[in-house]
Amino acid sequence: MAKITLDNLAHSYLDTPKSEDDYALKELNHDWADGEAYALLGSSGCGKSTLLNIISGLLQPSEGRVLFNDMDVTHAPTADRNIAQVFQFPVVYDTMSVRDNLAFPLRNRGAEPSYIAQRVTEIARMIGMEAELDRKARGLTADAKQKISLGRGMVREDVNALLFDEPLTVIDPHMKWELRTQLKSLHHDFGHTMIYVTHDQTEALTFADKVVVMYDGRVVQMGTPQELFERPAHTFVGYFIGSPGMNLLDAEISGRTANIDGTQIDLGSGYEAAPGKTQIGIRPEFVHLSTNGEGLPARVRRVEDVGRHKIVRLDVAGKELSAIVSEEGGIPTDANHVTFDAGHINVYANDWRIAPSGKAA
Amino acid sequence: MTLTLTNVSKAVGAHTHIHPTDLELQSGTMNVLLGPTSSGKTSLMRLMAGLDVPNTGQILWRGEDVTGQRVQDRKVAMVYQQFINYPSMTVYDNIASPMRLMGQSRDEIDNRVRDTAELMQLTPMLDRKPLELSGGQQQRCALARALVKNAGLVLLDEPLANLDYKLREELRAEIPKIFEASGSIFVYATTEPEEALLLGGNTATLWEGRVTQFGPTPSVYRKPVDATTARVFSDPPMNFLTVRKGGNALSFGDGQSAPVPAGLTALSDGAYMAGFRPNHLELHQHVSNAMTFETQLVVTEITGSETFVHLDHHGERWVGLIHGVQQLTLGQKLPVYLDPSHVYVFATDGTLVSPAPYAEAA
Amino acid sequence: MEKTVNQKAWFMVLPVLVLVAFSAVIPLMTVVNYSVQDTFGNNQFFWAGLEWFEEMLASERMWAALRRQLIFSAIILAIEIPLGIFIALNMPKKGFWASFCLVVMSLPLLIPWNVVGTIWQIFGRVDIGLLGYTLDKLGISYNYTQDFFAAWATVIMMDVWHWTSLVALLAYAGLQSIPDAYYQAAKIDQASRWKVFRYIELPKMAGVLMIAILLRFMDSFMIYTEPFVVTGGGPGNATTFLSIDLVKMALGQFDLGPAAAFSIMYFLVILLISWVFYTVMTNLDKRDGA
Repeated sequence: MAKITLDNLAHSYLDTPKSEDDYALKELNHDWADGEAYALLGSSGCGKSTLLNIISGLLQPSEGRVLFNDMDVTHAPTADRNIAQVFQFPVVYDTMSVRDNLAFPLRNRGAEPSYIAQRVTEIARMIGMEAELDRKARGLTADAKQKISLGRGMVREDVNALLFDEPLTVIDPHMKWELRTQLKSLHHDFGHTMIYVTHDQTEALTFADKVVVMYDGRVVQMGTPQELFERPAHTFVGYFIGSPGMNLLDAEISGRTANIDGTQIDLGSGYEAAPGKTQIGIRPEFVHLSTNGEGLPARVRRVEDVGRHKIVRLDVAGKELSAIVSEEGGIPTDANHVTFDAGHINVYANDWRIAPSGKAA
Repeated sequence: MTLTLTNVSKAVGAHTHIHPTDLELQSGTMNVLLGPTSSGKTSLMRLMAGLDVPNTGQILWRGEDVTGQRVQDRKVAMVYQQFINYPSMTVYDNIASPMRLMGQSRDEIDNRVRDTAELMQLTPMLDRKPLELSGGQQQRCALARALVKNAGLVLLDEPLANLDYKLREELRAEIPKIFEASGSIFVYATTEPEEALLLGGNTATLWEGRVTQFGPTPSVYRKPVDATTARVFSDPPMNFLTVRKGGNALSFGDGQSAPVPAGLTALSDGAYMAGFRPNHLELHQHVSNAMTFETQLVVTEITGSETFVHLDHHGERWVGLIHGVQQLTLGQKLPVYLDPSHVYVFATDGTLVSPAPYAEAA
Repeated sequence: MEKTVNQKAWFMVLPVLVLVAFSAVIPLMTVVNYSVQDTFGNNQFFWAGLEWFEEMLASERMWAALRRQLIFSAIILAIEIPLGIFIALNMPKKGFWASFCLVVMSLPLLIPWNVVGTIWQIFGRVDIGLLGYTLDKLGISYNYTQDFFAAWATVIMMDVWHWTSLVALLAYAGLQSIPDAYYQAAKIDQASRWKVFRYIELPKMAGVLMIAILLRFMDSFMIYTEPFVVTGGGPGNATTFLSIDLVKMALGQFDLGPAAAFSIMYFLVILLISWVFYTVMTNLDKRDGA
């Protein structure tokens, strides 16, 4: 297990990058703590896979260093880094039995047979595959194969980090739950440093202690799921986290109030005047329908019943705005205004969040 | 304009893909086929399209028997999970191709291609080749091709499965709008309950080659006819509790018991399965007649606004979806509460005995 | 993927059936016809029953040819399959050199059989051939028309030169289909080069290798043109393989009856061995999957 340090790390797939745009990964400086679970979250092409490949050693960064426990491994080959990786599509050795698959990394490192046997039994119990130990890996289902990949990674006690590259892509929804919780309890029990790459916010948020949101080769925010939900540092984070994402409305900010199309909204705290485009962000969870003329004028366009709650799509100041209403909460037919929870409004200037005055960002 | 399947079944060798199925799809409806991988969604679509011929039964299109008619002779459009476009043609030509095959006039084709491209937000990409587009745009192009065909039946086989989460969310919101404009019968296969709910319309739940229930989506969700349907249409999975009713007491777990809730006193004595959804479990007592369970906390997952708690209740694994971020210690004892009006009661064979009262009221 | 049941599809294969009938079935029936009758020309036939078959089965000459043939095919497979895999493993994976290698490798496959024979016939000549001359100058006695060993070596080398590319190309296609993640996982597991081959590359190539083995077996078992051109079956009968013997019998001696019986047995042997190959290999495949 190890602390992972990214020191001035950057990468370009071009030999001679000219501008910042040529970098698939822009300069990064991070310390990832030993034993924590991290998720790299972003849409395809945001640089998250590039970063993962640099950590696993499949790719050499064009600039900067990667350190495991303060030891420079930037140019060390994959095999020497003592990491384990689970890939998007299950990678198992088809012709081997499940047992041999699990034993493989230990045998290659010349471990004692008795130790191997004991570890394999332990891991098989952890991943719940004791009954299938002597079956050939070929005929197994995708989720069983993914469990074997995971088991192969955990069988070595000295792994520095476990890396996951969208490991649940080919898994059915109900099996996703099982695998994810299994992963979560394994992390809790054994405290491996884990890095999980995904485009799926639910996977990232539920898995990780810290979520690293990436956008266009850059880390836009790193924080706990709660921080990302309540205080998105960038409008992209607001949009990307949450389903539906955060509502954004153009507003003029002055002190404690925001002016949206002539309606004044209380922001809960005061803000300094900010240059550029200013917007307020409010999550659908904190938007309420009102019938008494209070708040912003709105028109209900559509209601989507998604089971545990309803999503109300509204027209506000010519833009679409979403609100979430509880499963058993009614939607008044004469709802014509919306109000916001003041404490949950965030203010953005040129897409970056600004902190209320008197408080740090 | 309807598509009717009567007693349709399909077996290949000894393996039954579809058990005898009756289904009637109305024109201008969105119909979701919901079920896990290899539950028969694709098989059923292939039968509807005419790519496969059923072993038994009939398929009627506007009342006319089309069983055994080739797919080429039917008005069917299909979109797959993989983004299938003609790689050497521009987006414009891709969209135009089905109409050119039908021999429509140049102007007519041009009009429809541009309208559809506008609807699918592809107008700036009309001159590009599919492989120069992002995954979402490629799939939009495939959808556009299916739409211009003006087919009475549009089959979508997990069309968003290969897309990023957020793109999926956007297209998911667009599909119902597109569909409303077309008036065709849409059939949409998915493995995700949430997707079915977002698309609305009707849902048929599938399990091991059987349609377990078919009806308006929210109603299938809230009023499942059996435990299988409830299980298929629940993400996270529905929780189950084995209970035994004896007189005025319910016994469950390791010898716990509770008085029989008011609505269930009429049930005859015996063993039942109580089912309830994760979002109906609560950490605080909201209603006076709530049932209380002593559980142990196994895992928590925090989404930022909600917390999933994975619980162990005397050997049964439950999931609870709790509002807000909860800071709890793993392994701790956790009392949870359940409003009896959220409980479905199933017989031990899975058939519904008593629906959840809240759903009946809705 | 499930299959659609559509009886009309039979009409689609009708042209092929007609073609196969004319090109294979009808000539084969002619051969069957010859094999059970005797003729002295003039289109006069006499019923001979199984006489020719009995004669051929008792013929030391045929057994010797069959033995030679089996040894030849075994050697060919033993060299070409491993060599083909070895070449495929060492070919560049992508870029200009990959295409370059593919083109160079396919060249021998494009040369007609008799030309291959002629090339090697000249190549091996001591007076004007590069190979023959060099060996001769090195003091190695090499004469494929006189020496048993030299004749065999030449025929085998010729076949290896001509056909290893096919095995290599098939194996290469198999290797190309292996996703990168497998190699990455193997690196992480610290698998040796041999284990990567044994547990990743070989299983993933198994399908195409089976095809390669079948193709090379059938083809080498029926080899005719090249040894005919180079050695003419000699020295003595050293390289008289089944088909050469058959032609000698049928055209050289005009023993049509025995030759026809011979052909049929030849055909059955190929069919039998191919079937055994196929069954063993698919069973291996199934057993793995169970």
